[in-house]
Amino acid sequence: MAVKWLPRWFFQLASPRWCYQFIGKLIPWFAAISITLVVAGSIWGLAFAPADYQQGNSFRIIYLHVPAAILAQSFYMLMAIAGAIGLIWKMKVADMVAKSVAPIGASLAVLALLTGAIWGKPTWGSWWVWDARLTSMLVLLFLYLGVIALNSAIESETTAAQATAVLALVGLVNIPIIKYSVEWWNTLHQPATFKLTEKPAMPAEMWMPLLVMVIGFYTIFGLALMLRLRNEILVRERRASWVKELLSVKA
Amino acid sequence: MAFESFTDFLDMGGHGLYVWLCYGLGLVTILLSLVLPVQQGKSIKQDLRRRLRREEGSA
Repeated sequence: MAVKWLPRWFFQLASPRWCYQFIGKLIPWFAAISITLVVAGSIWGLAFAPADYQQGNSFRIIYLHVPAAILAQSFYMLMAIAGAIGLIWKMKVADMVAKSVAPIGASLAVLALLTGAIWGKPTWGSWWVWDARLTSMLVLLFLYLGVIALNSAIESETTAAQATAVLALVGLVNIPIIKYSVEWWNTLHQPATFKLTEKPAMPAEMWMPLLVMVIGFYTIFGLALMLRLRNEILVRERRASWVKELLSVKA
Repeated sequence: MAFESFTDFLDMGGHGLYVWLCYGLGLVTILLSLVLPVQQGKSIKQDLRRRLRREEGSA
């Protein structure tokens, strides 16, 4: 039975060949936009944003720490949703997305934890505290590492995709825990900078570069995901005639 | 500009080491996340081409 309410591109995305070519067209645009945003956001945040009246210049770490933490969580949700789509509709491309996003998400979780630790030292006087926000972020990293390990331990691509999708979906419970950890428990960690319902507590000259960096991180790590996904498509479709044509034409 | 001089900028009010260490880590993360898949893609294509040629040779 055809699902009529879904747009056509959704089904086209399910074709590895169409996906490979479509992503190939997007890559140069994403490269140009993402590099511009990240360079501009970094210079803006490092040199032009005003210093924080309490934290001084160490607060400039926010322009890396917050985007890395947001992306680590978004990519986790993407991994779980892609895994679920793969489980339910047996969509191969969704499985490939879930597999490709895991190492990127893991490196972002590491970046968020490391920049947080380096920021914590001058601000809280400690590299690490076993606080709810920090601990739940560490759990997020372990979930990513679990997914990566499971992927490499299971030989069958289909079984590996199913097993990692289930693990990713179970681990999804951690995402609201990370989000609300600063409200549910007493913590050293400051509350979220951006909220959907309220204006940021910072002045515009502080949060605007942060917004640029968040969008820059989405696009630059989206680019990394596209590159990985294209590799994954090539490997899994290596026996398909379109891959053989593609390789013999460009030889 | 939030700083008087370039030395001020590097010093970050005494927090230079922390700030620049973070941005160094960020740069490494971004570079690795882009360079590794590009290199991997090249070696995948090479490998598949070699395999394709072998198949054509034996056919």
